[in-house]
Amino acid sequence: RSRAAVCGAVRRGSRRLSHVAQLPEVHRMLRQTCRDFAERELAPVASQLDKEHTYPGRQVRELGKLGIMAVEVPESLGGAGLDYLAYGLAVEEISRGCASTGVIVSVNNSLYLGPLLKFGSEEQKKQWIPPFTTGEKVGCFALSEPGNGSDAGAASTTAQLDGDEWVLNGTKAWITNSWDASATIIFATTDKAVKHQGISAFLVPMPHPGLSLGKKEDKLGIRASSTANIILEDCRVPKENLLGGLGMGFKIAMQTLDSGRIGIASQALGIGQAALDCAADYAHKRTAFGAPIAKLQAIQFKLADMAVALESARLLTWKAALLRDAKQPFTKEAAMAKLAASEAATFISHQAIQVLGGMGYVTDMPAERHYRDARITEIYEGTSEIQRLVIGTQVLKEYQG
Amino acid sequence: MSARVLVGVKRVIDYAVKIRVKPDNTGVVTDGVKHSMNPFCEIAVEEAVKLKEKKLIKEVVAVSCGPQQAQETIRTALAMGADRGIHVEVSGKDYDNLGPLQVSKILAALAKKEETSLIILGKQAIDDDCNQTGQMTAALLDWPQGTFASEVVLEGDKVKVIREIDGGLETVRLKMPAVITADLRLNTPRYATLPNIMKAKKKKIDVVKPGELGVDLTSHLEVLRVDEPPQRQAGMKVETVEELISRLKEAGRM
Repeated sequence: RSRAAVCGAVRRGSRRLSHVAQLPEVHRMLRQTCRDFAERELAPVASQLDKEHTYPGRQVRELGKLGIMAVEVPESLGGAGLDYLAYGLAVEEISRGCASTGVIVSVNNSLYLGPLLKFGSEEQKKQWIPPFTTGEKVGCFALSEPGNGSDAGAASTTAQLDGDEWVLNGTKAWITNSWDASATIIFATTDKAVKHQGISAFLVPMPHPGLSLGKKEDKLGIRASSTANIILEDCRVPKENLLGGLGMGFKIAMQTLDSGRIGIASQALGIGQAALDCAADYAHKRTAFGAPIAKLQAIQFKLADMAVALESARLLTWKAALLRDAKQPFTKEAAMAKLAASEAATFISHQAIQVLGGMGYVTDMPAERHYRDARITEIYEGTSEIQRLVIGTQVLKEYQG
Repeated sequence: MSARVLVGVKRVIDYAVKIRVKPDNTGVVTDGVKHSMNPFCEIAVEEAVKLKEKKLIKEVVAVSCGPQQAQETIRTALAMGADRGIHVEVSGKDYDNLGPLQVSKILAALAKKEETSLIILGKQAIDDDCNQTGQMTAALLDWPQGTFASEVVLEGDKVKVIREIDGGLETVRLKMPAVITADLRLNTPRYATLPNIMKAKKKKIDVVKPGELGVDLTSHLEVLRVDEPPQRQAGMKVETVEELISRLKEAGRM
C-alpha cells in the first residue's frame, strides 16, 4: 500500500515536472524580478553587509514590497499567494546576491509564517501574519537549545499554565533573526512525562517582559543575519498564544522543518550558483601558460563537477517543492534536497576558491564569502546527518513488507 | 482625464550580455542569448504608470513589435502596471529589417486607432542606438515632441517636458497629443512585484498584423556587414607636450 502511495506521488510529481524544462510564465517573471533585485540591490552591498554584520533592513523592506517576505501567505492576509516552487526560486535568486538576506527571507517565510498558516487559529493568523508580510517586521523560530540541537525532543525549556497565562522558562540557542525579530515561535515542554508528545509551541512577541537576548554570535558566515540565544525568565504570555494543540509542538516543529528545508536548499543553491559564476568568469579572464585557464582540462573538469552538483540539487529542490504544492508527501525529497544542495554549496565554493587560486583567498573577490556562507547550510534546519537519518528511514519504509 | 498613453517597449539583448558577432558577419548572435526590455523603455513604462497612479491619465497601453517573444516584454510592462498590451506581429525577414521608420509608421497608425493623447518611448534602444523612433513618430503624426525627457509634468491639455541637452536643461511646453522620449534620469523603474506579476496574467494582449494597420514594412536600408570594434591597443605615455604633438604628427593625426 505504501509503495502504491509513493508511486502515485512520483507519477503525479512527474507530470508537474514536465515544466522543469521551462518554468511557467509567472515563475519565470518572478525569478527574473528576484534576480534583477539581487543583482542591483544585494550583490553590490553583500560584502559590506558581511564585513559590518549589518542587518539589511532597507532591502528586507523592499523585498516585502515585492511580496517575497510572504510568498505563500494568501493575498487576504497580505501575502503574494504563490506556491512553494515560486518561493524556492525567489530564495535562490536572493541568496545568489546575498546569502544572509536569503536566510532572513527563508526563516520568515518557512519557519515563522509557515507554522502560523498551517496550525494557527483564524484569530492568531489575523494578528500574527499581516504585519510580517511587508518586510517591516520579521519573525523567528526557537527550537534549539544549548543542550539539544539534533535531539529536538529533549527540550528543557518549560511552559507552565498559571491561571490565564503560560509562564515560559529556559534558554533557546542559535536563533536566526533573533536581534531583528518582532515575534518568535518558541517550543517548550508542557508535560515532561510524555517526552516528544509533551512539547508545545507558543507565540511570543518581541520585545517582551521576561524575554531577553544573548550576545550576537560572531559567525563564520551569513554575518548580516543575527544569531543569538533567547533567554526566558518567567516570560508570561496569554493562553491564547498557544499555537496548535497542547502537546503538538514536536509535530509542528518537524513539519515546519520539512518545508524549511526547501528554503535552505534554495539558499544553498543560490550560494553555489554565485560561487560557480565567480569561478567560470575568472576562468575566462585569468591567463596561465599562455592562455585563459578555461582552456585547461583540470579547470573544465572542476567546473563540470560543480555544475552537475548544482543542477542535480536544484532538480531535487524543485521536485520537493512541486510535491509539496501538489499536496503529496515530500519529507524524503525535502531532506534529499537540503542534503544535496548544502553539500553542493560547500563543494562548489571550495572548488571556486581553488579555481581562483590566491585571489580566492582574499576579500577582493566574493569566493571567500561564498565559502564561509555555504558552511552553515550543512548544519542548520537539520544537520546532514539528520537528513541522512530521515532519508534512510523513509527509503526503508518504502521497502517494508 | 480620459487620456490614453501608448508606451513602446522593445525586446533587446540584455545589457549585461557579452555581445558576439555571428561568424558570417551578418549580425550579432541572438539565439539562446538572454533578452530583456530595453532599459529606456522600462523608464518610459514607469513614467506612464506613475501618471496613471496620480490619476492624470486613464489607460496605459504597452506596444511591442516583433515575433512571439515580444509578448514576454509586454507582460513585463503589464507587471509594472500597464493596463493592456498590443503585440504587432513581425517575424522573419520583416523582423530583421525592422527599424525606426517601420516602427514609427506602426506607432503612428496605432496612435490614431487607439485615440492616444501621449506616446512615451525610450530615447533609444541599446542594440541599435538609433534614437530616431520618437522623432519619426512625431513627424509622421505631425505632433510636437519632447525628447531626452528628464522630467514630465502634465498641465491640463499641455505637457511640460524638461529636456537634457548638451548645454544643460531645456524646458518645452507641448500641446497634446504629443510624443515624449525618456532619458536616464526621468525616473527609477519599479520592480515587478509578485502581486502585480499575478495580476498581469489576467491582462489582455491583442495581436495585430502590420498589414491590418495599413503599414508597409519595406526597408530602404541594407546591412552590408557587422564587425566587432577593433581591439583596444595599449596607449603610450609621453613626457612633454612637445613630444605629444610630434607623436600625433608622426601618426598622421595632426
